[in-house]
Amino acid sequence: MHTYPKLAVGPVLYYWSRETLLAFYEEMADSPADIIYLGETVCAKRKLLRTADWLVLAKELASTGKEIVLSSLALLEADSELQTLRRLCENGDFLVEANDMAAVDLLSGQPFIAGLGINIYNHRTLNYLAKLGLRRWILPVELSRETLASLHTQRPTEVETEVLVYGRLPLAYSARCFTARAHNLPKDDCQYRCLDYPDGLTLFSQDQQPFLTLNGIQTQSAYYYNLLSVIPELTRLSIDVLRISPDSRHTKLVIETFYQSLRNHTKIEVEIKNLQRLSPLGSCNGYWFGQTGMTFLKS
Amino acid sequence: MELVCPAGNLPSLKAAVDNGANAVYLGFRDDTNARHFAGLNFDLAKMQQGIRYAHEHQVKVFLAINTYPQPQGWPRWQAAVDQAANLEVDALIIADVGVLDYATEHYPDLPRHLSVQGSATNYQAIHFYYQHFGIRRVVLPRVLSLSQVKHLILHSPVAIEVFGFGSLCVMVEGRCLLSSYVTGDSPNTFGACSPAKAVEWRETPHGLETRLGGVLIDRRGAGETAGYPTLCKGRFQVGSHTYYAMEEPTSLNTLEILPQLQAAGITAIKIEGRQRSPAYVAQVTRIWRAALDALQTNPTAFRPAAAWLAELEQISEGTQTTLGAYHRPWQ
Repeated sequence: MHTYPKLAVGPVLYYWSRETLLAFYEEMADSPADIIYLGETVCAKRKLLRTADWLVLAKELASTGKEIVLSSLALLEADSELQTLRRLCENGDFLVEANDMAAVDLLSGQPFIAGLGINIYNHRTLNYLAKLGLRRWILPVELSRETLASLHTQRPTEVETEVLVYGRLPLAYSARCFTARAHNLPKDDCQYRCLDYPDGLTLFSQDQQPFLTLNGIQTQSAYYYNLLSVIPELTRLSIDVLRISPDSRHTKLVIETFYQSLRNHTKIEVEIKNLQRLSPLGSCNGYWFGQTGMTFLKS
Repeated sequence: MELVCPAGNLPSLKAAVDNGANAVYLGFRDDTNARHFAGLNFDLAKMQQGIRYAHEHQVKVFLAINTYPQPQGWPRWQAAVDQAANLEVDALIIADVGVLDYATEHYPDLPRHLSVQGSATNYQAIHFYYQHFGIRRVVLPRVLSLSQVKHLILHSPVAIEVFGFGSLCVMVEGRCLLSSYVTGDSPNTFGACSPAKAVEWRETPHGLETRLGGVLIDRRGAGETAGYPTLCKGRFQVGSHTYYAMEEPTSLNTLEILPQLQAAGITAIKIEGRQRSPAYVAQVTRIWRAALDALQTNPTAFRPAAAWLAELEQISEGTQTTLGAYHRPWQ
């Protein structure tokens, strides 16, 4: 029997209203995704869903048969943020995705997942974290297929490999909130302006090239990373999990597209064009080919 | 507090030692360190000379092996650690878990510091590196406010080093991929941000344009000085405004809060700038030595001398300085 990579919905990186988030996850429960990552990973001030709410949502979604993972914050500075992290790590029911070494420290000795905030660039790092309980790692987005192939084929047996295949690339975190700055507000009085930008705030160069996306303290690419064209390669490598990073509009359609394309490679060319229509600012895949991240190459 | 100064080459190392550094930090001439610039850094012979010179003057030497090796490059990082162990450096500055693990296993007695590229911004992350690799010191990313630094020190199991002066990273170090997104090379993978080979200067009817990897980073009108196009310090358009959307060209300067840093329990102050000239290193080291000595003599009466501030501003990026994240309103 042929097994396909599992599909995962990454954590929502933007700040959405409670209603929007709950409606989104209702839709995800109904999608062909196998795994759903839940939780706030960008900004501790985003509290329309609190830890207790995320845990309730996790239980509800788990009852639909999805594998649920609780994602944690990437940039931890204040003690209150560490306290929230401890609560997540001690939840007792769900696997936790670490996005900072603080989480790895707290999760050592129990099974855990390393997210995009953890730098796993070589075998020795992967092996070390596996000894501490790592069960799944995700390829850092700036690394190429060569590095992926090497790390994946020689990974410890109990460890799964995940690859981000669709969505804006998370590129940086800062102490400074760039969304607040865009409104001439200090971070401490940000007035939750992120709520006005369900897909982030696009930053253009002065000659109007879409360049980056401001998402609070996080900076993302403006272009959508899209690895649909390399599905045959991902399949050949037997990558365990493919991650789709959500946006507010087309996530379910994107998941369905990947689901179908995994099972029928002949339609990939058409589907690439369809997906490109969903990301009018542009697509990129350069990192996969070991090149500049923002370029788009035809494979 | 210990004054830790940059040494991009032997003349800079001597300039730092001669002007009052307590320690210098340096790297090999390749991508194993985060200042991998053409013509910079040390081959083995020069490094031996430098270490001898520093040690003769009771100045410590820290060797940065602080980028992230990938499988195909791993032997180079391993060789760097092996070489360092034979050089009698006083500590290695490392970021990657794999490199830390290798150094700890093979050279347990060689002290290890966690590089700023290790991206540890809280005491729980520091605890991880302390417990697993016995690190003795952490260099903090430039993302914490002064009160957060104080709190962290109360709970940190190891000594804390912070950046005092020099180029300001706006993003948390070790997890910023902006440079590879635009140029293919990042601090993590290549040891450089916004590398010179990707830079273009173009005179146009709109003004002098600076581009990085083809992306327009800034456009300068007549009378404006054009700085190096570090990509987080360009002018971009967001909504209907064109402005420094991330940060202005500016340098970090913490002279003003030196007494608070000392009171907080900071062990060492780091000066950024291995890519700068020996004259720059001499000047900055001399001022910071004077400041630390003045603080030592009379901590309560310490005020940074106007002359020091003026001199530092002159040699800063954009000829202006900031307290960065230490000062909460900056955030």
